[in-house]
Amino acid sequence: MSCCGSPITCDEMNEASRRVAEKLSAFMKTLRDNAFAVGLREGRDAARLIAEGYAETPALLRSAFKHLFSARKADWDKFDGLFDAFWLGKRVRSRSAVRGAAKAADTPSLKSLRDAAMPQAGGEGPLDQVATPEGGEDEAAGRSGEGRMEGASRAENLANVDFRKLADPDQVEKANEAAERLAHAMRTRLTRRDRVSRRGRRLDLRRTIHANITHGGAPITLLRRRRRDKPLRLVVLLDASGSMSMYTGVFLRFIHGVLDRFHQAEAFLFHTRLAHVSDAMRERDAARALDRLSVMAQGAGGGTRIGECLATFNRAHAARVINSRTCVMIVSDGYETADAKLLGHEMAALRRRCKRIAWLNPMMGWQGYAPEAAGIKAALPFVDLYAPAHTLASLAALEPYLARI
Amino acid sequence: MKDRDEIAEKLAASGYIADPELATAIALMRMLRRPLLLEGEAGVGKTEVARALAAALGTELIRLQCYEGLDQSAALYEWNYQRQLLAIQAHQGDRASEIEDAIFSEKYLLERPLLAALRRDKPPVLLIDEIDRADDEFEAFLLEILSDFQITIPELGTVAARSIPHVVLTSNGTRELSDALRRRCLYHYVDYPDVDREARIILARVPGVSTSLALQIARMVEAVRKEELRKTPGVAETLDWAAALVGLDVRDLHDAPEVVHETLMCLLKTREDSARFKPEVTARLLGKVA
Repeated sequence: MSCCGSPITCDEMNEASRRVAEKLSAFMKTLRDNAFAVGLREGRDAARLIAEGYAETPALLRSAFKHLFSARKADWDKFDGLFDAFWLGKRVRSRSAVRGAAKAADTPSLKSLRDAAMPQAGGEGPLDQVATPEGGEDEAAGRSGEGRMEGASRAENLANVDFRKLADPDQVEKANEAAERLAHAMRTRLTRRDRVSRRGRRLDLRRTIHANITHGGAPITLLRRRRRDKPLRLVVLLDASGSMSMYTGVFLRFIHGVLDRFHQAEAFLFHTRLAHVSDAMRERDAARALDRLSVMAQGAGGGTRIGECLATFNRAHAARVINSRTCVMIVSDGYETADAKLLGHEMAALRRRCKRIAWLNPMMGWQGYAPEAAGIKAALPFVDLYAPAHTLASLAALEPYLARI
Repeated sequence: MKDRDEIAEKLAASGYIADPELATAIALMRMLRRPLLLEGEAGVGKTEVARALAAALGTELIRLQCYEGLDQSAALYEWNYQRQLLAIQAHQGDRASEIEDAIFSEKYLLERPLLAALRRDKPPVLLIDEIDRADDEFEAFLLEILSDFQITIPELGTVAARSIPHVVLTSNGTRELSDALRRRCLYHYVDYPDVDREARIILARVPGVSTSLALQIARMVEAVRKEELRKTPGVAETLDWAAALVGLDVRDLHDAPEVVHETLMCLLKTREDSARFKPEVTARLLGKVA
């Protein structure tokens, strides 16, 4: 800065700039602790900003640094607080709070999700009348669960543990994260489907000319391009009724992962009515997305009206969200409390529209489960894939199926 | 520093009512030669920033609209094959090397936006719109161009930038961008304008609107945005609505609640939203707007 009129010696200048550099690198370390991706280049640019006079007022420096150091909305939102805490010494306590909050598991919204996914919390669902048939089977499943694990420690082998049996909040959190990661991995593999084709519609002039050099430029071998395959579109309908309460948490995270990565995916929740939740779920921050959903996911009480919800879906949304390459994934236990005939009718209508219907039933993993509920009986004739979905392993098993569509 | 105030003035002069921090972002972008990444909801005026910047700097705006499947030949350059083939026919007697030199010259090169941006004498504003719609591969390719500002055309050699363009990228967040790209850019989150700024935008853009009506409209729109809607109305919708109200000769929102309700529908873009927005809702929101 050349603005100062008073004479400063060279040593003093060096001393001052050394201090600034030290402070700056300490600030960058704070930012890194708070999950900012800042590197050497940013540091150099920051020093340059100070040299150019941006340090004149704190507000100006904050604004300049904010643009330089932020890389995403989350950074952008928390930057002001961090800056004030570090440079102006304001609200030092809240700085440490920010540090702690980096661990997503501590946010209240995640906690509520965890509670929702915990088996012990089953009482909070007001729809227990729907869930009564579970009572007897529950114990049987518990025993068989022990047997299936064959000595593997429960904490280690998350992939094969029924989501219901995850009691420890940390484990639930891990399972949720794994579900989300799985969804991410599925997307990247699923859409990598373009192949080099010699049967496309459009000529590729550039490649054709190159390939025909050997023919002296006369276009004999014609090379063509083909449009990319339309990527698979996924529509997920998640049953959020009381009977599913032990599974909704995990599936919500799974869906969040799917929506984050698939270009074309839509999500709906249903219990007694249907709710379109794609927008809420597109919230980048999983905790906030689930927060926005918590009300919708609770269920209004009064059972599960799958048939009516499907009717709403067919009437109001299907035309928009379904194309010829859509796989509709219904996650439900199939306990229909209304008329099962309507469900069959609507399933038939849905079948005519989309490419595949996959019905994931968490109950299928239970010992001795047979599809005897009226709802699932009516729906099964129209389902292409009827699969269990009670463990991470069973979710992972879906991927090869989807990749073939 | 001085640059920043100058930019703020010029943006204002070109009719863009900027958020004060945006001027800082643009000044930094010019000083550090980094691209500026704008994120925000659809309809908050991200593209408009690039337009205003081009107007303020008095330079050309080159726009590259991204889409799924966008590739080099649509973004960078393409040879004009038809012309080349014609030229080969026309010069059939000549020596092969002469023909080759002739047809791989600039005359037969079709500039696409990225190449065009590098070959201007005066640095243009290069707007790469909705980068999140392009594929990952294109993003990686873009990264290379944005760091070196030179490209290699095998037949012609390397083309270095005559001037470094001012690069503005926008993203709607339909896909997570790579960390590498994010790190290379300055970041600015564009939010919906607050009431005062929106009122000033209305005043600047809609002829014949009074200050009090503009304020009322801005407050009403802010209230509408707080409702749980599937498509939150953007600034463009606000301007449409203001123009509609002025066209219908509404002076004060409270004078004509029915007209307000009916025209409000032009803010709502989905069937569900219009179905939810009953006259009672409008009346309730109108009650809050002083």
